[in-house]
Amino acid sequence: MSWNKYYRITPLRVINLAVALSAVLVVVGFVSLCMGPANIHVKQVLLLFSDSGSIDQTTWMILFKIRLPRILLAGVVGFSLSIGGVVFQALLRNPLAEPFILGVSSGSAVGAIAAIFLGLSIDLGVPFLSFMGALFTIFLVMGIGRRQGGLESSTLLLTGVIVNAFFTAIIMFFISTTSDTRLHSILFWLYGDLSQSRYSQLSISFPIIIVVSAIVYVFSRHLNLLVGGEDSALQMGVDVELVKWLLFLGISLITGIAISFSGIIGFVGLIVPHLMRMFIGPDHRLLIPASALGGASFMIAADTLARTIISPSELPVGVVTAFLGAPFFIYLLKQRGSRWIQN
Amino acid sequence: MDPELKLNNVSFKYGQDWCIQDLGFELRKGEIIGVIGPNGSGKSTLLKIIDGVLRAQKGDVLLGGKSLYGFKRSEIARHIAMVPQESAFSFPFSAFDVVLMGRFPYSGHFPFEKKEDIQIARESMELTSTIDLAMRSIHELSGGEKQRVLIARALTQRAKIILLDEPTSFLDIRHKLEIFEIISSLTHSMGLIIVSHDISLAAQFCHRVILLNKGKIYKIGTPSEVVTAENIGEVYQCPVLVDENPVSNTPRITILSRKSNGKKESL
Repeated sequence: MSWNKYYRITPLRVINLAVALSAVLVVVGFVSLCMGPANIHVKQVLLLFSDSGSIDQTTWMILFKIRLPRILLAGVVGFSLSIGGVVFQALLRNPLAEPFILGVSSGSAVGAIAAIFLGLSIDLGVPFLSFMGALFTIFLVMGIGRRQGGLESSTLLLTGVIVNAFFTAIIMFFISTTSDTRLHSILFWLYGDLSQSRYSQLSISFPIIIVVSAIVYVFSRHLNLLVGGEDSALQMGVDVELVKWLLFLGISLITGIAISFSGIIGFVGLIVPHLMRMFIGPDHRLLIPASALGGASFMIAADTLARTIISPSELPVGVVTAFLGAPFFIYLLKQRGSRWIQN
Repeated sequence: MDPELKLNNVSFKYGQDWCIQDLGFELRKGEIIGVIGPNGSGKSTLLKIIDGVLRAQKGDVLLGGKSLYGFKRSEIARHIAMVPQESAFSFPFSAFDVVLMGRFPYSGHFPFEKKEDIQIARESMELTSTIDLAMRSIHELSGGEKQRVLIARALTQRAKIILLDEPTSFLDIRHKLEIFEIISSLTHSMGLIIVSHDISLAAQFCHRVILLNKGKIYKIGTPSEVVTAENIGEVYQCPVLVDENPVSNTPRITILSRKSNGKKESL
């Protein structure tokens, strides 16, 4: 029956999409591995996969000690922030919601900086306090901006601006008053930077991100219903409070981890889900995997641009995403802003 | 046989003051009950209590003889469906996606629909003549089309009770009539409760009418028992004339102006 073919979202369709986007991700990752100030030819990189040994020590160091960890981390950060964007947009019923715009990213950065001050471990303690910072900010934003039925665009944006200003001031204060080398730069936290990436950061966080993403995915159909309103979702059988807080907890965890690695990178969670929605529609069963994998590719591409465009110097990757994201945000606001305010 | 739905002395308050007080009635299979009353009389609150979005502090809501509060959320959704006054989707789901969402309470933890779900959604769209709108985005639909899609979603829930919260308030007369006609065609297998501001239409299509005043039932009965000039005038604090609709023989109201007998000053 043709209706089934066209309208039914099946696990097979989701898998096909995921495989296709994973292929894109691998290609983007490979291209990124070949690009950089030290000119390493594609053939040399390809040789690694066929029969190694013929590669010199320096090239090996550049590829596997400098570029690859950075590519992997960029992927993980883009993956997490994009899922964060999708889930925020559904739960707050507002297409402009995103970790950075809501102030969640800066709240989480404050947590990470506090952890560094306290001398906690970079691989565990810092991501943990970063997560607590994200969670705290979500409660704060919900507390300030809550109206019946959801967050209005104007309230949401205003709340985000204020929360951001406040946390940014705290970050500036911390960094300006310390000579601690571990807080190596203000730019790192305020504009996002992946140049300090190390494999060890992935060891604990990667499994957590995978598990949390899987849990978020289980609730993808619940998210579809929540887009039509909390009361309406409840009436169709969604346990709204449970789903909401579980998901807020989950995305605080993964965006918190991402921010603790990369600093504040804005707009990824806005651009990627909207681009994906244009191609595959608003159903979260497709949108979540598409945004996660697309977000990873997007972030790797943005970071590759950041480290090559003014080579041999580097830009913070947040500059690249903001450069693309801010005009996109204005476009969204202008084009359909008024419709989203109705509630 | 137990009635589909029974309310036993239900009381509810948001803060200090009771907004629903000692309210009780039954809904039987095949029946349409219209709920009328002034703004703030508790009509929408009543619907939210019936489907468990709000929990009554006193009294009980019985579904097929069992307390609503013993049911899981998805079980309630299999018994009761709600058609809201308006529905704002923040993203452009297609009409078919929206209707298919009604299958959610049957799906368990597996987040995908079965073939049978597609079939049920299609049938519901055929019943509400929305099948041609299936591929359109919910954002592009007119008020009347959207309401019919939401009714199709409620049908897809395969519930025995459908609650409608002012489903026609934003519609013109043709689309109002369409909605009421669809509603009255559904009664063979279910019970319906419809909150409406349109007293005459409610009287025309409902078997019984509840007139609410300040959270209490002022009067319950057949349309001609409830919709009288005295009852309506007293509860709405507005003078009305009630006569008989010459076609359906149901009560029909005319609002009277306190000035100039409602006649326009001639120019």
